[in-house]
Amino acid sequence: MAAAGYDYEDGLQSSVDGGIPYDPSFVPDPVKSFVVHLYRHIREKNVYEIHQMYETSFHTLSDRMFKDTPWPSVEAVAQYVDNDHVFCLLYREMWYRHLYARLSPTLKQRIDSWDNYCSLFQIRNNLFSVSFTTEASVVLHGVVNMQLPNQWLWDMVDEFVYQFQSFCQYRAKMKNKTEQEIALLRQHDQAWNVYGVLNFLQALMEKSSIIQILEQEKEGLEQFTATDGYDYSGGSNVLKVLGYFSMVGLLRVHCLLGDYQTGLKCLLPIDISQQGVYTSVIGSHITTIYHYGFANLMLRRYVEAIREFNKILLYIYKTKQYHQKSPQYEQILKKNEQMYALLTICLSLCPQVKLVDETVNSQLREKYGEKMLRMQRYDDESFALYDELFSYACPKFITPSAPSYEEPLVNYNQDAYRLQLKLFLYEVKQQQQLSVVRTFLKVYSTISLEKLATYMEVDESTLRTILMTYKHKTHSVGADGKTISNADIDFYIDDDLIRVVESKTPKQYGDYFLRQIVKLEAVIGDMDRIKLE
Amino acid sequence: MGREQSQMAYTVEQLVAVNPYNPDILPDLETYVNEQVSLQTYSLDANLCLLRLYQALMAMPAPDFSLCLFLIPERVQMDEQFKTLIVLSHYLETAKFRQFWDEAAKSRHILEAVPGFEKAIQEYAVHVLSLTYQKVPRSVIAEAVNMEGLSLDKFVEHHVANSGWIVEKGQGKGQLVSLPRNEFNHPELKRSSADIIPLDHITRIFPVLG
Repeated sequence: MAAAGYDYEDGLQSSVDGGIPYDPSFVPDPVKSFVVHLYRHIREKNVYEIHQMYETSFHTLSDRMFKDTPWPSVEAVAQYVDNDHVFCLLYREMWYRHLYARLSPTLKQRIDSWDNYCSLFQIRNNLFSVSFTTEASVVLHGVVNMQLPNQWLWDMVDEFVYQFQSFCQYRAKMKNKTEQEIALLRQHDQAWNVYGVLNFLQALMEKSSIIQILEQEKEGLEQFTATDGYDYSGGSNVLKVLGYFSMVGLLRVHCLLGDYQTGLKCLLPIDISQQGVYTSVIGSHITTIYHYGFANLMLRRYVEAIREFNKILLYIYKTKQYHQKSPQYEQILKKNEQMYALLTICLSLCPQVKLVDETVNSQLREKYGEKMLRMQRYDDESFALYDELFSYACPKFITPSAPSYEEPLVNYNQDAYRLQLKLFLYEVKQQQQLSVVRTFLKVYSTISLEKLATYMEVDESTLRTILMTYKHKTHSVGADGKTISNADIDFYIDDDLIRVVESKTPKQYGDYFLRQIVKLEAVIGDMDRIKLE
Repeated sequence: MGREQSQMAYTVEQLVAVNPYNPDILPDLETYVNEQVSLQTYSLDANLCLLRLYQALMAMPAPDFSLCLFLIPERVQMDEQFKTLIVLSHYLETAKFRQFWDEAAKSRHILEAVPGFEKAIQEYAVHVLSLTYQKVPRSVIAEAVNMEGLSLDKFVEHHVANSGWIVEKGQGKGQLVSLPRNEFNHPELKRSSADIIPLDHITRIFPVLG
C-alpha cells in the first residue's frame, strides 16, 4: 500500500518547480502540524474545526506544496497520529482524492484506492454486526465516537462514485493498454466491479437504517433533518449521513448505467420538495437535482424536470456568490450551465415557460434563447442542436462490464453515451410534428380536422395519428401509475371538430393578500411609533 | 393459476428486495420470467430477451419499453428481430395503429407465444383514444384495435356494458361512439386547483386579526 511502492512512470515522478523530487516519506512541518491538529479535532469531536481544516487548510496546503505531486504517504504521517487505523484510512482517502484531482492515477493506484474504500466502508459496515473481533472493536470505538462534517461525508460518497465512473471509462479505452495493464485488470477483476459498488452503497443505506429514521422523523419520533444529520447526544453521525448520501450515490450510479427508473426509486425516501440534509451541502444538492431532473427528462416527465431545474437554478443564482472561494466553485458553475442546457431541452419539448421563474427565464434567454427558437423548428439543424445540448449536459454514461480480453482490443468508452444519445434523439424525432400542431392550436379555439389537415399538408387520417401522438407524448405515466398531463395547450376531438383548451392555472391570490396584510400592519405599526412634533 | 403465480411473484420480489445487486439470483429471475411467459416448448435462450421486450411493449402507455432499450447494448439492438420490435414500438409511440397491426401480423409466431399481447395493445389504443376523443367515429376505433364486422360489434358492446361507451347514430356518415368523460377529453373536469390557503399561512395574520 505504501505510496513509496508506486511506479511513478506516468510523469508522477515530477518535482515541484523542477526542484526537489517527490519523496513520499518526507513530511514537511506544515503537514505534520495539519495531521496532528486534524487528528486532535476529530478525537475531540470539534466539527467546526474539522470542517475548517478539511475545507480550507487541506486545499491551501495542496495549492502551496502539492500542486503537482501527491501528499506524503500515509506510512510517513502515521507516527504523528498514534498510528490510528481509522485516521489513516481517512487520510488515504483524501490522499487519493487529491491525486485524482491533480494528477492522473495509474491503474495500480486506482485499484489501491478501491481497496482503501473497501477497508473504510467495511469498518462502518461492521459497526452493528454482532460479532467483531477485539481488534475491530478498537477501530469501532474510534468510528462510533466520530462526528465528521457533512461536507466531508458527502465528498466520500461523491468521490467513490466518481472513481467508479472514471475506472469504467479508463478500462473501456482498451486500445492503448499494455500487456501488464491487461494482466493487472484480469488479476483484479473485483476492483470497481459494478455489483461491488452498488452493494457498498446499498449496505451503507441499509446498515444506517436511514430509511426508518426518515420515516420516524415524519412522526416526530426522531430528529435527523432538524439537526442536519449531526448527533448532539454524544453519538456519531458518520454511518447515518453516509447511508443518507448513499441514496444520492445510487441515483447517480443508476443514471450512469441508463437505469433511470431504478435511480429515482432509490431516491424516494428523500422528499425533494422539502429542504433536507441533501441541501446542507451544495455539491450534494446539485448532484441530487441534476440527476433527478435528468432521469425525469429521459422518462418524459418534463414538467417535473422543469420544476426542479427551475428551483435549483434560482437557488444557485441567488447563492453562488457565497461559494466563490469554495473548491467546488468551478463544479457548481459547470453543473449550472449543464442544467440550463437540460432546461432548454425540456422547454423545447414541453414549452411550459410559466413554470420558470423570471430570473431563471432571463438567464435562459440570454444563454440559449436563440438556440431554443431554432430547436422548435424540427429540421436537421434543430436535431443537431438537441444533439449538441444533450452531449454537453448528459452524465458520463458508462459500460460497467469488463471487456473480453481475448477479442481484438477496441475502445468502447463511447458506447453507452452513444446509445443514450441515439435513443434520446429518437424520442425527439417522434415528437417532430408536435410543435407544428402546437402553433396551430395556439391560435384556434375550434378548428375542423379537415381544415387543420389542409394547413399542415397531411391527410386527415395522418392528422388523427399526429393528434393522438400529441396526447400520448404530453401525458406521462407517473411513478404511481396515474396519468399526468404535461400539456400546456390541450384539446379534445368531438367527431371531426377539434376544441382547444388552454390550461390556465388560476392565479393564487391568497398568499399575495396575506403578505400585503402583514406588510400593511407593519407600516401602520411604524407610523404609530412616529411621534409628530 | 392466479394463486400460484402470485406466490411466485412474492418470493421473487422478496429475492430482489434482499439482493438488489447480487448477480447470483439471475438464474432464479430467469426461471421466473420463463414461467411468466408460460412457455413450454419454445427455444428459450435466443428469444427470452425478445419476449421480455414484447411484454414491455404490452405495458404501454408506461415507458417500460424505452426503459429496456436504455439498458440493452446497441450491438444487440442491431439484431433483425430487435429492429422489428423497435419499429413496432415506434408505431405505438406515434399512434400509427394501422401500420402497427400490419407489421405485427408478420411476426405472428412471436406474438402468439406471448399470451394477451393483442389485448394489451388494444387496451393501449383505447387509452389513447380516450385521452383524445369525446366522440369518435367507429371507423377510427376499428383501425386502432384492428377489428371489424362482428368482432368489432362485440368489442364495442363489451365497452358499452363495462366502460360507459355510448353508441350514437351518426349523421349519415356511420356510427359515432361517445367515450366516457375524463379530465383529459373533458379538460373542464380537471380539478381547478382552487385557491387553498394552508392554516400555517393564516397564522401569520393572527396577530393582526387579534
